[in-house]
Amino acid sequence: MAAKRFPVEAGHILMFARSVGDDNKVYSDPDYAKTTEAGGIIAPPTFAQSSAQFDPDYFLRPKIGQPWFGSGKNPTGAVPRAGGGGGGGGGGGGLHAEQHFEYHRTLKAGDVLTATTLPGKTWEKEGKRSGKLVFSESVTEYRDQNGELVITARGVGVRTERPVDQSKENA
Amino acid sequence: MALSASKLKVGDTHTARLVEDLKRTQIVQYAGASGDYNPLHTDEIFTTKVAGYPSVFAHGMLTMGMTGKMLTDYVGDARLTKYGVRFTSQVWPGDTLDSTATVKAITEKDGVKLVELDVETKNQDGVVVVSGYAEARIDP
Repeated sequence: MAAKRFPVEAGHILMFARSVGDDNKVYSDPDYAKTTEAGGIIAPPTFAQSSAQFDPDYFLRPKIGQPWFGSGKNPTGAVPRAGGGGGGGGGGGGLHAEQHFEYHRTLKAGDVLTATTLPGKTWEKEGKRSGKLVFSESVTEYRDQNGELVITARGVGVRTERPVDQSKENA
Repeated sequence: MALSASKLKVGDTHTARLVEDLKRTQIVQYAGASGDYNPLHTDEIFTTKVAGYPSVFAHGMLTMGMTGKMLTDYVGDARLTKYGVRFTSQVWPGDTLDSTATVKAITEKDGVKLVELDVETKNQDGVVVVSGYAEARIDP
């Protein structure tokens, strides 16, 4: 995920917290949040992942005037593009295998981040439920308006040879 | 309320129910909030007919996000220093998830007390869907 400008907005935090079923008022009520140790509205632990909204090239968002591989008239609208690490993938191929966050400080509403992603290593493994697995890692650094590192995120994506077999447990 | 090192011991646990009977609409809600519109999570026709899965399934990050609520409810707001998981099994509409943090160690770094936690989220059949760790600042 790369984003030149990822504004961390209170309204976005509210919607994100709702979506993960978190009704903690530190994510929604500025007056309450002021009275807490956080000192104001903060972002939930996994919020940085929504930098996808601010990545102009993020391939898992339909874009105006471009083909989209989801269903419409037909079950799929296009051939999926190959996916990168850490964010799932298209078709029957890409899934999210791991995600790691290191918090250098707490992310707050009002921060304006930049996100820079570097590819990491790739490796292969033979899976029982989905054939050959190709893992790829990416590391994203989130820096604030002062250039300070706020969050280091490491994602691992996996592309499977075939859909994960549901009849057997554990890959 | 933050945790206190003097009151914690290795092996202590905190468990919370994350979701009961996960609805497709919540997965759609997460797609909209996070910006991950992969049809595998929201488009039943694509997912069953093209991708070959029995139904849409939750974003791993939705389960990680819900598990994060269990963690922050336990360690307090603005206290996490590390949080990471492996997605070990898919989460489907209708699933009920319970998550547990277990105290693995209590440490100190630069005069700050830290708790290291093992984190595990299981579905209604006892299958581990998310397995990981967290670290948080705690009071003395």
